[in-house]
Amino acid sequence: MPETLLYCRCAYAQVVPTGVKNDVLQRLCDSGSSFETVSDLCEMAAHRDPRLQNLVNSGKLKIAACYPRAVTGLFHQAGSPLPENTEIFNMRTQTAEEIVGQMLQDSTVSVAVEG
Amino acid sequence: MITHTARPLKVVLYEGKGAIPLPAESRAKVMMALLDKGYAVARVTESGSNSSAPSDDHTLLLLGTFPARQAPELEDATGRVKIEARDITDLDPDSIVALVEKSRGSKPMNEPGKWKPWFPVIDYTRCTNCMQCLSFCLFDVYGVSTENKIQVQNNDNCKTNCPACSRVCPEVAIMFPKYQAGPINGDDVSAADHGREKMKVDISSLLGGDIYSALKDRSAAAKSRFSKERSPDKALDERKKCLTKLVSDGFIPMDVLASLPSPDVILRKAEEAKARAAAALAAQ
Ligand code: SF4
Ligand code: SF4
Repeated sequence: MPETLLYCRCAYAQVVPTGVKNDVLQRLCDSGSSFETVSDLCEMAAHRDPRLQNLVNSGKLKIAACYPRAVTGLFHQAGSPLPENTEIFNMRTQTAEEIVGQMLQDSTVSVAVEG
Repeated sequence: MITHTARPLKVVLYEGKGAIPLPAESRAKVMMALLDKGYAVARVTESGSNSSAPSDDHTLLLLGTFPARQAPELEDATGRVKIEARDITDLDPDSIVALVEKSRGSKPMNEPGKWKPWFPVIDYTRCTNCMQCLSFCLFDVYGVSTENKIQVQNNDNCKTNCPACSRVCPEVAIMFPKYQAGPINGDDVSAADHGREKMKVDISSLLGGDIYSALKDRSAAAKSRFSKERSPDKALDERKKCLTKLVSDGFIPMDVLASLPSPDVILRKAEEAKARAAAALAAQ
């Protein structure tokens, strides 16, 4: 099952430190990986954006956003519960290096397997 | 009124087969600028993880540096998504963003800065379905599902920056992801939080007695104890006191008090909420 890397910009009310979120995005950009980004998961959950379900359907998700309890609750409330194997990284508390290191870890493996 | 149903245009920075990768500085700059304007952006390469095309009724704008500056003609296999491809050879980040804006044209889209997504999110791993939040909220944010479970049903009604209901939840199950501090922002709930976060006001007393434990008890004697209505004036007074305290603590914004309905409406709403909560609890 392919992995989808998802980055949340938290653009509608910036509770994620700017330095960390910029650094995470920069590192994802500098990697060779494909990834998805959204402007604000809270905004999408607020109007039950069907793209949340598309993301859930797209394979194992690795999400860079905020507190895992909040992100899980948002998807659930929007009617698109996250599968149990989803990994959520917290840009409010973790470093960019830590987050991107873990996000890219297995995707490199999956590329090697696919290749 | 909040108009936040206009979904963002999805932009794909295409760096896969048949395209030349973008300059590194340009890539991050373009993505940041587009995200901060409210767009959804995917970066697609030949390697790495999966990327999904949106299977909704939207237009997908695909940007890439293509040989001979010729963007390919693309069609969605399902026929549901209109794909527009544009060549961005030699364009600087500002020009790429301008191109995206131009392609969107006058299609409405939500934009950061115009509205704050502020609404309660329930952590169902903690929620015991006690219905106290339903009874507390005067703006009909909460409702009950067909399975008699508490639900956030009208999140547009929630008062921006007001996390008051999170304080009445005895299980610390109500989160506001855009709140600054934990555990309301979704941070882990410690044993200390569990005690501290509970509002030191017996919310059920604002609503005419401890109907919740009475219903849970289900004994006729317990129920009869709560059948006597308290004075509506006293209940209203206590509710006001409780809200005023939350404002003076800086926990809820001043304008929430200002936007409270009239005393008559508050009492009516409290009665209605109580009845809904009681019905849902009785049906459990
Ligand atoms: S999910 Fe978290 S990081 Fe994303 S927009 Fe909401 S609060 Fe911000
Ligand atoms: S007050 Fe808390 S525990 Fe009770 S129903 Fe609401 S969210 Fe659930």
